[in-house]
Amino acid sequence: MTAVAPVTAPWCDRCGEPAGDHPACAAARRLEPPRYCPQCRRRMKVQVLPAGWSATCVEHGTVSS
Amino acid sequence: MAEILDRARAQVLENGVGLDEEGILEILRLPDEELPAALQLAHEVRMKWCGPEVEVEGIVSLKTGGCPEDCHFCSQSGLFTSPVRAVWLDIPQLVEAAKQTAATGATEFCIVAAVRGPDARLMQQMREGVAAIKAAVDIQVAASLGMLSQEQVDELVEMGVHRYNHNLETCRSYFPNVVTTHSWEERWETLKMVRDSGMEVCCGGILGLGETVEQRAEFAAQLAALDPHEVPLNFLNPRPGTPLGDRPVVEGKDALRAIAAFRLAMPRTILRYAGGREITLGDLGTREGLLGGINAVIVGNYLTTLGRPATADIDLLQDLSMPVKSLSATL
Repeated sequence: MTAVAPVTAPWCDRCGEPAGDHPACAAARRLEPPRYCPQCRRRMKVQVLPAGWSATCVEHGTVSS
Repeated sequence: MAEILDRARAQVLENGVGLDEEGILEILRLPDEELPAALQLAHEVRMKWCGPEVEVEGIVSLKTGGCPEDCHFCSQSGLFTSPVRAVWLDIPQLVEAAKQTAATGATEFCIVAAVRGPDARLMQQMREGVAAIKAAVDIQVAASLGMLSQEQVDELVEMGVHRYNHNLETCRSYFPNVVTTHSWEERWETLKMVRDSGMEVCCGGILGLGETVEQRAEFAAQLAALDPHEVPLNFLNPRPGTPLGDRPVVEGKDALRAIAAFRLAMPRTILRYAGGREITLGDLGTREGLLGGINAVIVGNYLTTLGRPATADIDLLQDLSMPVKSLSATL
């Protein structure tokens, strides 16, 4: 259930800061869906269901578990 | 062995009478070496007064984010700089969530909305959603929609909602440190209306909001006075952007002490593992809690965060020889 951001994505999908070495974000991803679009940093619309999640960026589309 | 454990054995295990605030506090203050005995006693109390079954529930957020209230732990308040955006589930998604929950063997499905209280749009969505779920899925439907009017209580009963969740969150004396946009007493009023309507009352809270151990005991005693059908026990999962976002998580042993204490305060209630257990207790602690007074779990994901896979909890229950409560047993 981990969001997989492209290696080249400029933004962290958890904290919205420039992508890089974020140990806290890496640890948190196990139990959190992504919140920011890794391509454009927009906050995504995230829906969490009991067995999955989806996150939608108005510009870059939807990722899901 | 601590004297309080002897007293609890006689009073709670033998007679089914919960500890008072002073006794609860003594449990919460037990040294580490007494913790296994406290958990064992809490487990015996649970087995005697509730039985071995575990009630399994799934939850879903019908309306996420944009809440006008300022509950300091909540990432869904529109007053904080949380990354959670406002979003609604549609009816097909709601039914899909109920199906996912039922597939785990759960008998309870709770529909939650981040609101002060429901407006006409939300009540209409509930009416349609509950009807669609009841037509498609064999599961009990519960709701958590904030503070209610008497008319809304009556409407939910009419829809067939059998249990209503409204957490007091913390004790009365600490509540103003956590929420300023409404009062503990306003929440209590909704709970009274729900109780009088015949719906089952689900009321718990979150540990680790900054309350003292004395206030934790106060909270358990206040819940015991309410005598809810179910008590969901959350442990703070600090959310980025909220006023409590930098708080430390509850220590595992303190969480286990609280589980034992809440069980010894409320021997007959459904004491449910809710949010935060994954980070506070981990896999081993989850097991210890189920052997220390817990007799219900939320499986799968939470409202805005993820849980461990439902299969992990179901497998654990099987391993512990704790049967999942069947739907027929809840009716």
